[in-house]
Amino acid sequence: MKPIVNIENLHFKYDEAEILKAIDLNVPQGSFLSILGPNGSGKTTLLKNICNLLHPHKGSIMIEDKEVERIKYKNLARVIAVVHQGTDVQFDFAVYDVVMMGRFPYLKRFQTEGKEDERIVKKAMEDTSTWELRDKSISEISGGERQRVLIARALTQQPKVLILDEPISHLDIKYQIEILDLCKTLNKEHNITVITTLHDINMASRYSDYIVLLEKGNIRKMDTPERVLTEENIEEVYGIKVDLIRRNENERPIIIPK
Amino acid sequence: MIKKLYKTKILVLLIVLLFLILFSITLGAVKIPFIETVKIIISKIKFIGNRVNVETIKDSNIFIVMNIRLPRILMASLVGAILSVVGASYQAIFKNPMADPFVMGVSSGAAFGATLGIILGLNKGILGFGLTSVIAFAGALLTTFLVYNLARVGNKISTTAILLAGIVVSSLLSSGISLMMIFNKDELINIVSWTLGSFNGSSWTQLLVISIPATIGTIFLTTYSKELNAIVLGEDQAQNLGVNVELTKKIILVTASFLAACAVSVSGIIGFVGLIIPHLLRLVFGSDHRILLPVSVIGGSIFLLICDTLARTMLSGIEIPVGIITSLFGGPFFLYLLKRNRSKNLI
Repeated sequence: MKPIVNIENLHFKYDEAEILKAIDLNVPQGSFLSILGPNGSGKTTLLKNICNLLHPHKGSIMIEDKEVERIKYKNLARVIAVVHQGTDVQFDFAVYDVVMMGRFPYLKRFQTEGKEDERIVKKAMEDTSTWELRDKSISEISGGERQRVLIARALTQQPKVLILDEPISHLDIKYQIEILDLCKTLNKEHNITVITTLHDINMASRYSDYIVLLEKGNIRKMDTPERVLTEENIEEVYGIKVDLIRRNENERPIIIPK
Repeated sequence: MIKKLYKTKILVLLIVLLFLILFSITLGAVKIPFIETVKIIISKIKFIGNRVNVETIKDSNIFIVMNIRLPRILMASLVGAILSVVGASYQAIFKNPMADPFVMGVSSGAAFGATLGIILGLNKGILGFGLTSVIAFAGALLTTFLVYNLARVGNKISTTAILLAGIVVSSLLSSGISLMMIFNKDELINIVSWTLGSFNGSSWTQLLVISIPATIGTIFLTTYSKELNAIVLGEDQAQNLGVNVELTKKIILVTASFLAACAVSVSGIIGFVGLIIPHLLRLVFGSDHRILLPVSVIGGSIFLLICDTLARTMLSGIEIPVGIITSLFGGPFFLYLLKRNRSKNLI
């Protein structure tokens, strides 16, 4: 399938420390891709390069065949929506207003939101089961609810790619499943390409079409979960021994540390 | 959808402001009846002015209303509006509800300039301003420029670095001011009273010169409300919503600093307005800057007008510097809000 994100020979440095080294990555349109790797392997840095918050030192990142740095901010926000880790809530906003901010890339400077924007917001909030939270303050809802609200906001950007940075860390198992189920639904039903970093290998295995295994700024392996998640790969990247379990042929592998 | 509820509240605030302007004119050493005040003002308005009869009103009263009290009252309202809208904008850009219009060193820069002006005996005027005000304005702008550049790395500005640079530059300048004061003891009282702020001697010309940039600047700030809303929830998020964060930060900082410099150079340093008014209004109107910035304009006007009226009428014969009043009333009130909202986790 045609790649929607195409990364070639990406190098990235913070000062002198090289965080990403010669990354080549094609993300097929409509796929669910998880980026795995130990702490400090460059997962978040890679995401930030893709969404133009950091700029590569060398190499190129193409979004729909356009260099990401050359795309206007508002135009990029119509293609890529990002759900970041953690949100400052120093200031109080109603959940509805937060979701409505997702319409920013479609509004001109002096334009206020219209009926169409309200319709899109309502739809996004219903799809993420956040409509009943609309009048609550963003600071008074739970972590899982806030994550869903931010996904709703991302949806109102009507993106082709949804990028999530550790969307399920700090959430309990019920919310973890809920958030990833939601991402999977958006991926399958709205044909939105999902790129997410994850710490939980078993969750990545369960939901992803492809897994990228990062090790010290290099891609160790990029393939289907069955091919990436082997005892050898995990031992080499994470330095731990695991057992691999599959209940039957159709199920994704899960790992259990020895 | 929720927004319509605010329209009535905004209208109420505007009516309160208008009433306070008229009412405060009646107060002072010479008491002028409310009706008389209204008549005098209407008589000066073009087209409808000749419909009111002011022949029975004493000329001295007309003079007091038109040349002494009205310009001063309007100036206090204008400065209150500026300080408050600048405070609200800074609080958004710094994502810190504790930011005030003076975080970038505007106040100490202006005070340094004014002190210099006073000890050099520069009392000549330009456009109705003492030369002291002009130097204070230059000092304010130069200081913010310095702080801005100290905090800039390449093309990016870190808001934390601005806060730190602002503190350091401010304390350097304060030492400079103290030194100048020690060597010029006879000017001490003038320097201190300038620093504490006053609207005594505001003129129509001053008002006109300040109101033009103030109006343009304030309207300009409000056109960035949507960007500010996105930025307070996080700069990275804002950029991924399509906001040019770095550019927005620069534009807001430059505009707001310029406005603050305008305010400080005519009024001296008046604390607390820019800190508590946006806070208070955020509790009532929420954090949406499309509402918060306009109501800050009105709320700041009302607050400073009340404080200035108290400053000039509380004690007969002596005028209290308005800066003392704002902190005297603003301080405890702010603590009350802080205490109340700590329990609700709002601040």
